[in-house]
Amino acid sequence: MSLINYLVLSGILFSIGAVAVLVRRNALVAFMGVELMLNAANLTLVTFARMHGDLHGQVLAFFVMVVAAAEVVIGLAIIVSIFRTRGSASLDDVNLLKN
Amino acid sequence: MTEQLVISTGETVLFWVLAPLAVLGALSLLFARRVVHIAVSIAGVMVALAILYIALEAPFLGIAQIVVYTGAVMMLFLFVIMLVGVDSVESLAETLTGQRWIAVVGGVGLVALMIAVVTRAAFAEPVGLATVNVDSNPVGVAHLIFGDYIFPFELTAALLITAALGALVLSHRRRLGRKLGQKETVEAKLAAFASGAGATSVVSAPGPGVYARTNSADMPAIDAQGKTLDASITTVLRVRGQVHGQADATAQTTRAARIASGAPVIEADREEQLGTSAPAEVSSPEQASPAVDGPEATPPDERPGEPSKTGEGDEQ
Repeated sequence: MSLINYLVLSGILFSIGAVAVLVRRNALVAFMGVELMLNAANLTLVTFARMHGDLHGQVLAFFVMVVAAAEVVIGLAIIVSIFRTRGSASLDDVNLLKN
Repeated sequence: MTEQLVISTGETVLFWVLAPLAVLGALSLLFARRVVHIAVSIAGVMVALAILYIALEAPFLGIAQIVVYTGAVMMLFLFVIMLVGVDSVESLAETLTGQRWIAVVGGVGLVALMIAVVTRAAFAEPVGLATVNVDSNPVGVAHLIFGDYIFPFELTAALLITAALGALVLSHRRRLGRKLGQKETVEAKLAAFASGAGATSVVSAPGPGVYARTNSADMPAIDAQGKTLDASITTVLRVRGQVHGQADATAQTTRAARIASGAPVIEADREEQLGTSAPAEVSSPEQASPAVDGPEATPPDERPGEPSKTGEGDEQ
């Protein structure tokens, strides 16, 4: 086995997350898809850090984690406030700006 | 770098155990129906990734992954799922025609493209982190974060504080109107009573019905005229449509009256079982005592036998 396997796993996870964002209509599920994509990117960074013998990749993954945590907090707050005003967590129902 | 990275058999086994588990958990994102199931399996994927990080000589990131993602992010997701409604049904209607299939084809293409690129690219020989991690991995990462990356690290502090404030502001609900205390509530009730709103505006609402066979909260009480009282049932049951109707309440009181009068009574379920075999005059108490039936039959509760019984009870 080589480190390429980790990269392939990361690609598969990233694609699953991307398809989930595109297909699922529930805002929470789509958001979890975004989280999975961020994690797949992190796996790539950690793998390349090991491949090149350089810790910069791990530091970058650490910063991605911090930004993802902040993003989750804001995203979930937006979902909750939309649910309070519109009574729905579906992405299709957020269409006030249509027409 | 002189040394070459040798991947141990243990790591290979670990990868081939964890990678299918991670992919399976991630696939729940596409196929699972309940949002809670998805959140829990994604938390499992995060744990699998954390173990893989540790295998990839990044123990600091592995622990941070468990603490941040499994511990904080996914639990926050679960909280919001509970807040938004666990059993919110997802609409499966396509708003854009063919969007689902385009997305699936795009996803499969993305997988194929990434695998092709990754497997065909010419990477340098893997070096491994043994030399860099001499002082343990957290120390190495800390040297970089608090050295080269000290300014971005300070910026993340501002980012996190802004995010926390933003979440507070977004989830804050402004109070519409004055806060109503105990005093204001009492005054409003008395004012409503003075303008003729009925006694239930000041006294408590009647409790649910208590009958011979049931005192459950979904049976309405009956007033002096034999009508059911809506106010005796909690609003939740009324909204759900789980209130037993007037017929049920009347049946209960009628049955009590029949028992008091000494007429033969057979349980409702037994009655159905006996329906074919039992003789008609026994299995149909409605025919046996037609005068007792009907909503107006509630006052005859006080049959001649009844007061004497209660009288005996009082003496004891």
